[in-house]
Order: sequence, then C-alpha cells, then structure tokens
Amino acid sequence: MLLRTAVRRPLRLVIALCLLTLVLVGCGAEHYPQTTLLPRGDFARIADDLLDTTVKWALLVFVLVEGILIYAIFRFRGRPNDPEPHQTHGNTTVEIIWTVVPALILAAIAVPTVRAIFQTNATPGQDALRIEVVGHQWWWEFRYPEYNLTTANELVVPVGRTVSLHMGSADVIHSFWVPQFAAKRDVFANRETRMWFKAEVDGDYPGQCAEFCGIQHGRMAHRIRAEQPEQFQAWVAQMQTPGPRKPPAADRLYAEGEKLFTAKGCVACHSLVAVNAPKGMLGPNLGNVGARSYLAAGTLKNTDENLARWIRDPQSIKKGVLMPNLGVTAEEARALVQFLRAHR
Amino acid sequence: MATRVLEHEAHPAAGHGEQTGLWSWITTVDHKRIGILYGATAFLFFLLGGIEALLLRIQLGSPENTFLSPETYNQMFTMHGTTMIFLAIMPLSAMFFNFMIPLQIGARDVAFPRLNAFSYWVFLLGGLFLNSSWFFGAAPDQGWFGYANLTSKQFSPGLNVDFWMIGLQILGIASLAAAVNFFVTIVNLRAPGMNLMRMPMFVWMSFITQVLLLLAFPVITVALFLLMFDRFFGSSFFVPAGGGDPILWQHLFWIFGHPEVYILILPAFGIVSEVLPVFSRKPLFGYAAMVFSGVFIAFLGFGVWAHHMFSTGMGPIADAFFSLSTMLIAIPTGVKIFNWIGTMWGGSLQFRTPMLFAVGFIAMFIIGGLSGVMHSSPPADLQQTDTYFIVAHFHYVLFGGSIFGLTAGAYYWWPKMSGRMLNERLGKLHFWLMMIGFNLTFFPMHFVGLHGMPRRVYTYPEGLGFELMNQIETAGSFVLGLAFLVFLWNIYKTSRGPRNAPADPWNGATLEWAIPSPPQEFNFAKIPVVHGRDALWEQKRQRGGPLPEPARVSGQGIHMPNPSYWPAVTAVGVLAVLVSLMTLGTTGVPGVVAGVALLFLGVYKWAYEPAG
Repeated sequence: MLLRTAVRRPLRLVIALCLLTLVLVGCGAEHYPQTTLLPRGDFARIADDLLDTTVKWALLVFVLVEGILIYAIFRFRGRPNDPEPHQTHGNTTVEIIWTVVPALILAAIAVPTVRAIFQTNATPGQDALRIEVVGHQWWWEFRYPEYNLTTANELVVPVGRTVSLHMGSADVIHSFWVPQFAAKRDVFANRETRMWFKAEVDGDYPGQCAEFCGIQHGRMAHRIRAEQPEQFQAWVAQMQTPGPRKPPAADRLYAEGEKLFTAKGCVACHSLVAVNAPKGMLGPNLGNVGARSYLAAGTLKNTDENLARWIRDPQSIKKGVLMPNLGVTAEEARALVQFLRAHR
Repeated sequence: MATRVLEHEAHPAAGHGEQTGLWSWITTVDHKRIGILYGATAFLFFLLGGIEALLLRIQLGSPENTFLSPETYNQMFTMHGTTMIFLAIMPLSAMFFNFMIPLQIGARDVAFPRLNAFSYWVFLLGGLFLNSSWFFGAAPDQGWFGYANLTSKQFSPGLNVDFWMIGLQILGIASLAAAVNFFVTIVNLRAPGMNLMRMPMFVWMSFITQVLLLLAFPVITVALFLLMFDRFFGSSFFVPAGGGDPILWQHLFWIFGHPEVYILILPAFGIVSEVLPVFSRKPLFGYAAMVFSGVFIAFLGFGVWAHHMFSTGMGPIADAFFSLSTMLIAIPTGVKIFNWIGTMWGGSLQFRTPMLFAVGFIAMFIIGGLSGVMHSSPPADLQQTDTYFIVAHFHYVLFGGSIFGLTAGAYYWWPKMSGRMLNERLGKLHFWLMMIGFNLTFFPMHFVGLHGMPRRVYTYPEGLGFELMNQIETAGSFVLGLAFLVFLWNIYKTSRGPRNAPADPWNGATLEWAIPSPPQEFNFAKIPVVHGRDALWEQKRQRGGPLPEPARVSGQGIHMPNPSYWPAVTAVGVLAVLVSLMTLGTTGVPGVVAGVALLFLGVYKWAYEPAG
C-alpha cells in the first residue's frame, strides 16, 4: 500500500539514526581521552553499567514512541474538506496501559539504580590508599599522608589498590572529576566529601574541574596517572628523595635560578619540597614540577619555552590567575627554568 | 445559547477606549495591550539571549579560541541563561496568560488590571536593569544558578553579582504579582457554566503554573535576601569562613529552581494541548488525565530538587529518595505525551504552521524526557552532571519543549492578537529551519558531554576529540538564528498587509475565537454562557455549521477600568528601593529614603485613585 511505504521510510530513518547514535557513542570512544564511556575503574564501571541500562530502555521507548508519532503523522494526515473525524474523548484501558507500562520500565531502572547508589556510597576498606584532594582557584593539590607526599595537578595512583579520596576546597566549590576511573564529586571549604576507585589498567588520562569556580574554571585541568604497583612504588621513592636532581656544581644558571626563586618572591606561594610540605600554600607545590607533563593546571605543555613564558607573563596566558606578573626578564626566566627543571 | 455576543446587533465601531499613542501604552490596564507589551519586550530579550548564544557558539567553534575573553565568556553564558529563563520564556508565557486567559474563560479583563500593569513595568525595569550591567562592564558572571560561595564578596568583589541578585529580586516581584493576579482571575472570573473541568487545557496548565510561582518564588526571594545580607551587610549565611554553608544556597535555589522548570514548560504543555485538538479536528484525548497529570507533575516538582545536587555527596538515603521521586515524574509526563498522540490518532490532521510546531514539540520533548530519566540515576549522573550532556538535555526540554510550544502558540494566536494572518509558507520555512538547526546544535552535545566536555568552560584544548562536534553545533546555531530571522521577516511582511484575519481562522474550539480579531477592549459584548468543554465547538455543533463573523460593536454601557500611570510609578519605586541598596556606598541612606518615598507615593496614589 502507498500508505505503508510512506510510513516505512521515516521509520527506517529513525532506526538508522539510532544505529548511528550507537556507533558514535560506542565505537569512537577511544578517540576521546576524557570519555566517560570506556570505564577503566570499578566506580566508573558502575556508572557506565547504569548508563547502559537506561540507554537501552530509552532507545526502545524512543523508537516506539517516535515511531508511533511518525506513523500517526502520515496515517492521519487530512485535507481541509475531509469529513469531521470520529470525536473520541479518551479510552480508559489504553490510558491505564500507558500509565502502568512506563512505571514498570522505571522499576527496571530504579532497582539497579538503588543498588548502585549504596555500592558507590560504601566506605572503602582499611587497606585503601588515602589521598587528600584540595581544590584551589584554579589548580588541584594532592596529599598522600601514607607517604608524607604532596603534589599538584597530576594525581598518581597504583593499579589494583583502592584509592580513597578525602576532598575539600581552599576557597569556592569545585568538582573533582576522574572520568576514566570514577566519576565526580564536589569539594567544599567547610566539609569533607569522598570518592573512591580502583584503577584496573595503567595509563595517563586527562580530567578537569566540573563545577564553575570563577574566571579560570575553563583552565583547571588535571592528569590522572595509574601505574603498575612497582612503578608506583618507584615514583613514591623518587618523590621521597629530598631535594632537586642537581646538575654539576658549576652550573651558573642553576645557582642564579635558585637565588631568583627567593628574590622574585616565588617562594611566598610555592613550596619546593614534596615531603612534609607545608599546608595552606597559595600556589601549587613544585616538588616535582620538572617532571610534570603540563603547566598551570593543563594550560601549557611543560616545555622549557612554555615554562619561561609562564614565569614571565602568567596573566596574559591565564588571565585572572593568582600568580602576578613579577617583571622577570628573559635571562632570569632561563635561570628559573634551569632551576625548576631540576625538581623532578 | 452561549455567547449571544455573536448575535449582538452591529453598531458602528465606536471609539470607546480605543486610544493610541505612547501615553496610552504607558497607562494601559487592558490585559490584551499588556500582553502585547509582555510579548514584544520578551521577544526582544529572546533575540538578545539568542545573540549571546551565538557569540558563545562562535567562541566554542574551535579549540583554544580567543574570540571572547574568559570574563566576557562567563558573563555571556550567565546572561544567556538568566535572560532566556527570566526575560524570555517566562514573560513569553506571561504574554499568553495575559492575552488568552481572560478570553478563554470569557472574562472582560483580569481580576486586578492595575496590578497587571504593575507586573509588566516591574518586569521591564528588572530586565533593563539586569542588562544595564553590560554598560558598566559588570554583567553577572557567576552563572544563572549563582552558587555560593563564589558569589561572596571575597570571590566576587565587583558589582556583577549585585546586578544579578537585585535584578532577580525585581523580576521575582513581577512574577509574584502576576501569579496572584492570574490565580484570582481563573478562580473568580470564569464565565457562567465554565466549571473547573470545562476550562481549556491552556487555562488549566496556566493555573497550575501560577500555583507553582506562588510557592516557588518566595523561596528564591528569601535566598536572594540572605545573599544580599551577605554581600551588603557582611553576614555569612553562605560563607564557610563565617560559619555559613554554601550547600544551604543550593537547597534553597533548587527548591525554587526545579519548580521553575515546570513554570517554564507547563504553559507550553497548555498551548500544545490547545493546538493539537484544533488541527486534529477532534477533542483532546483524556482531558481529565491531562489535568491530573499536570497537577501531579507540579506536586512532585517540589520533591525532586536535590537531583541537581547528587554530586555534592548527600549520602545514599537522600540520593535514593530524590532519584526515585525524579523517576516518578516520568509517569505523568509520559501520560501527557501519549494523550497528545492519542489526540492526533484517528484525527484529520491539518498541518498548518501551529500544528507543525506542536508536533515538533512532542517529538523533541520526548528526547528531553528520556535523557532526563538517564540522569535521574545518581551514579550515572555523577558522570553526566555539569557536562554538555546536561546542556543537551535541558535544551531539548526548554527549547525543544518550551520554545517550540511557545512558537506554536505564537503562530496559532497571532491572528487573534494582531488581526493579521502570518504567511504559511514562511511559517513552514521557519519550522524546518528551526527543527534542523535545533537538532544540529543540541544533539551532538549529548555525545560531546558523555565524552567528557564539561559545561561553562570558555575554551577546550585540542586533542580531547571535541572539535568536530563543536563545529557542527556552531553551524547548527546559525541555522537556528536564521530560523528566527525568517520569523521576523514574516512578522514584518504581514504587518504591512491588510488586517485579514477572520474571528475564527482555524475552526477553534475555545471562546477567544468567538470574538473579532483583534478583540475589542471589552472582549465580550455579552459575557458568554458555557455548556461544556470546547465551548465554541459546542456552539457550532448546535448551530450545525460555522458561526457568522462577529461584528464589532459599540461598548456603550460596558464598564471598563480607567487607565492609570500609578502602577508604572510604583514599579519605578520598587526599582529605586532595590537599586539604592546596591549603591548604598555612594547614595547612602538618603537614596534608600528617596526610593521608599517614591514607592509609597505610587502605592498611595494608586490606592486612592478611582478604579473606573
């Protein structure tokens, strides 16, 4: 029938669109380093499983209801002079069905949801690695009480051991987001919030602040690096070795940088020690700044050139950042870079 | 027997009350003129909010873009949200409340015509005040949700937050005054015979909206007062350093904010429930279920607010409660969607422009509803919240829902309001451009959000895979802009043509189509008597065919309220009082005293002025 063809075409379109959707969501995920759809940790997996459940039901309902709507559009298209259609006012049976069926579908979503709510709110065991996370405008501080270590913007965790994040804020509300291993949780200045996860594979992934926190909310990114237990222990050992990896004693540039770090006032906001670092510093801990992959919370790749640019003119790179322009010359910047690069 | 107005003997169209000129608009208390003022003002704000959106989209069109500076971007997205919610969608709904509620219930005006004028002037001044912040380089920049403690004096020392806080406070006064007015109007001024279960669905949904406004707005008013104290007088309700709690703000804001979502969508539900039966040529399917599902949605709307706060870590009990209550809302919403499809089912569908937008509304709102169910599940929401997935969701609800519905209403009631038919061909072009542009803009946001793009970031780096989808979105947003240019062109073009709209161009079901287009000042020469739902269809059925074109009659002997400028003066007084608090540092106590004096003068003269 002519009518049938008229309906089949749009229906096919809807189905094709749905398939395209699935392809876009599922297959391409590895091209998106910050994706939530390729869980690599237990917490993220719980969230992703729930998403899968709801997406399946949502797609079913979508295809059915939009299909019926499109069918109705073509089937009941009228002309101005057509006779008045039959004047129905309702149908109790149908109305009961379409109240009850959605309720049942929701129950199918609600049961795993409630289970997952309690799973994700559970307290991790005693053997979990405790990490304290502090949000700052606009960077992240990470403290490892177990190892007396402090670092910034690059969170390193061991694979296979549950990590228990105890989180707070130094100023406004931020939201700490680990899309690949966990999810997100807001941080506040007046309460501790928690999140936990166990990384299943190693890798180096991006994350970023997810609660609007002022002018540079857009530049408050961090890295999450999951390491195999041996590599993680090696990293801890390296961090615990005090002091910079000094170049040969005759390095004039290094000595100059060391002096400038105090003379230019950098020392007022930044600590250079990762072990037993002082709390409450305004700027990120620089104990291993030389080894980090990014500067200024994901703003710049950590190259010598970028580090010098950042030291000389942070305000034009990240307007509003709390680090002022300190009138550092190009020559002085080179010395500071040499000095900081040794802190690995 | 109903509406004997139609058989009323024709008098030459007398000049009763038909004043023109600027002064007549400033002093008007006619609900139709106030409706037009609301509509014109809100549409201008809508265009402004749309331009802001296009600027945001240009900035996000490529990674590491420097088209907008970070602070300008933050101001732009804050003002885009604030404008669209408070200065566009709400007052566009208010346009239809004003113009259509009295007509649909067979009344001559609203219950309190001068209060109605007051609402409009306060709204206008509030909107202008909020936008005047651009000229001081201090547009609000903390987001439309204004989360504490970023809004504290310490972290937002400028005037930006003050403009937002005072602006919203002013707009809240307008909304509350209007809500009281329409509530009383619907309760008291219905034509004889129009019992509650005979009211047109638009009146029902508007009625529920007024109840939501009355219950929700006091909460944001209180929250804003607390914030005012924090900022102006050094208290610390929301400041952790002083023992306050920023989460308190979130609770107060969302106890207002979630009902606000229904305040934005219920009028559109009502409009679509008017348009679909008329263009399906059969009555609304399941009228009673439509009424009660609307009531149920509104009731549940007050028990779901904390689903905006799952990421704050409220604990499993609160998470579970707010998750399940949120899921429950899907049931009455589903009932509505099925009833709309049921209305079309077996009908004789006439795809005129209003019908296209109404059907587009259903198709798009389904998507917004389904993505809503997806983040009612807290563990899943912990990934989705504050990403572009949420931006996609609420634009499918507020644009795919509210704006599609309001546009359906605009095309449907344009002939009644202006006396002119809009061009069908341009209307259809508008629809298809809007449908395509809307989906291009907002559908990819689902994916880019799930793939990790957070909201409210002024830029994003290369290499996260966000580039292509953002480009598509930016292209789509310009198609969307074009759609509204077509609408503007349609309005401009037809406004130069003759007043060609008959009283009842669509074979309408409700009383507004019984009177001339545009209606005369007194609406109904004789108050109609109603014998059933779809009162006008009932009359036509009794007559056995279309009714004769109603004549314009002299309104002699019909008592209408006098024009007054005191509502406008009082509105200026409200503005003066609140602004004087903001400028306390410079204008001091005398400024406040002057504002209060003006306010009292307005109220006093208003109270003692004869109403008519």
